[in-house]
Amino acid sequence: MPHTSAQPLLRLNHVSLAFKGVKAISDIGFSVAHGEICALIGPNGAGKSSLLNVINGVYSAQEGSIDFDGTTHRRLRPHQAAELGIARTFQNIALFKSLSLLDNVLTGRNLLRRCHWLTQALGLPQARAEEDAQREAAERVIEFLHLQPWRNSIVGRLPYGLQKRVELARALAAEPRLLLLDEPMAGMNAEEKREMSHFIAETNREWGTTLVLIEHDIGVVMGLSDHVVVLDYGRKIGDGTPDEVRRNPEVIAAYLGTRH
Amino acid sequence: MLYREAGQFSSHYAEDRRIFRLRQDRLGLVFLLVFAFILIPWLGNDYWFSAILIPFLVLSLAGLGLNLLTGYAGQLSLGSAAFMAVGAFATYNFELRLPGLPLLVSFVLGGLVAALVALVFGLPSLRIKGFYLIVSTLAAQFFVPWALTKFSWFSNDSASGVISAPKLEVLGISFDTPAGRYLLTLTVVVALFGLAHNLVRSELGRHWMAVRDMDTAAAVIGIPLFKTKLLAFAISGFFLGIAGALWAFTYLGTVEPQGFDLNRSFQILFIIIIGGLGSILGNFLGAAFMVLFPLLLSNLASLLPQGLIDAGQLEHLQKIIFGALIIIFLIKEPEGLARLWQRLRAQARIWPLRH
Repeated sequence: MPHTSAQPLLRLNHVSLAFKGVKAISDIGFSVAHGEICALIGPNGAGKSSLLNVINGVYSAQEGSIDFDGTTHRRLRPHQAAELGIARTFQNIALFKSLSLLDNVLTGRNLLRRCHWLTQALGLPQARAEEDAQREAAERVIEFLHLQPWRNSIVGRLPYGLQKRVELARALAAEPRLLLLDEPMAGMNAEEKREMSHFIAETNREWGTTLVLIEHDIGVVMGLSDHVVVLDYGRKIGDGTPDEVRRNPEVIAAYLGTRH
Repeated sequence: MLYREAGQFSSHYAEDRRIFRLRQDRLGLVFLLVFAFILIPWLGNDYWFSAILIPFLVLSLAGLGLNLLTGYAGQLSLGSAAFMAVGAFATYNFELRLPGLPLLVSFVLGGLVAALVALVFGLPSLRIKGFYLIVSTLAAQFFVPWALTKFSWFSNDSASGVISAPKLEVLGISFDTPAGRYLLTLTVVVALFGLAHNLVRSELGRHWMAVRDMDTAAAVIGIPLFKTKLLAFAISGFFLGIAGALWAFTYLGTVEPQGFDLNRSFQILFIIIIGGLGSILGNFLGAAFMVLFPLLLSNLASLLPQGLIDAGQLEHLQKIIFGALIIIFLIKEPEGLARLWQRLRAQARIWPLRH
């Protein structure tokens, strides 16, 4: 996808992260343009999930900074990241498992609410009107991801593949500017993977959401993304279009090994 | 087919959100309210009002208070009785020191003071979870009765810290008879249950359950954890405080700080475990069980030959059976009596078919 404006939506500058002296990420920098799908790939333990956690403030990097939409942040808190418009899904499903699908999607919209909790408890008219509006918005997401039949189901009882999709729905309900997906297709069969990549591509196309995703299935990554960043042992070893990355000798070495 | 829901569709979101979506359920509720407000005061006797119905209602309300905190927001607490004591003594002092203050206003103010105290003891919940949080609320349980006994100002310098009920009068109408005290209690309890029902189905209720189910995900989607937990403590304290005031004034008439000891906190915890965590109806079921079960047991014992079980033994037996029941519930039905009721209803809808 062409870069729509000169300034990227997200830029990481020399980010380093260590856990008690063990380096997880060293000096990583890359940019994500408005409206693109950017894939983070690399072997297990390369630091991909840690990097997502730095972007949305679950971990704070010891060095480096993050530019989001032109503003530089030394460190972010999860709540602050959510307010900036960064939403995410988790590698191990992190849904509110005893709530219905609809309630899960509605919680995703919590920052878009204005009514005080007391007006809601008393059931005042403006609270009821807001509840209707939020429900309508939630229903749009549910329809978009074809989740209508399970609207009132308790999510903990849904099959795994559907739960992954509900997590996408909850993140999308927040109307995020940047959506981080941590292995959205992990543990899925080919059919489910095809369905999920279709939804991800549609999210990007219809909602204009910028996406950063981690995925192991190289076939899926190459077909889906505009931009691929390759990590190995916490360092960046490749950054470019899928074709450029495919030809990068360092990437081939990391994935396939080299002859010594 | 005891239930027929054919043809009942929701065409607006508001209809879909109703507490009872089915016409039969709404009729049932109306019937129940008419029964409780009109038929019972007419048919009941003083024993039923004072020994069964009033404690049942107040314990349901106390269970609701704890259920909001523990069942919905997932924060364990053993300080329920302390917050009840705060509510009772605060209401007493508002009535005593501000003559002419309407009784219901005193109840609300007493509830607010209890909310404030609960909020203070909820402050550690940001840092600690689960069993460690119990210790913090246990501190409230020991500190509050001590402070109420130590500083006699709270009980207007009465010798043993005993306080007695103010005149139970609302809008010039006296509620001092057993039937009157029942009606006053019922009105307050029904109003507060309505409020709680709205609350747990609103955005705040969803935030509580989100924090309970998965707090990291809740933080990442922008739910403020600390505010959500503190509100749970405060609102739970408000409900418990009013329950405490009712316990002291419409049920017992006179009460001392030691009447709100750790045993009472455990009793309320058992109500919500037996009734159902995270259920509104469960509080009524748990409280009914708690009030009726000892009566049932002593009636059964009186059927046995004289002298086989004396009163002391009966009391111990009651504790043993209760303990066993708690264990059975936690293993077999952690969602309590409310879940059993739900299952029964689901079967009634499709009866005589099986699926």
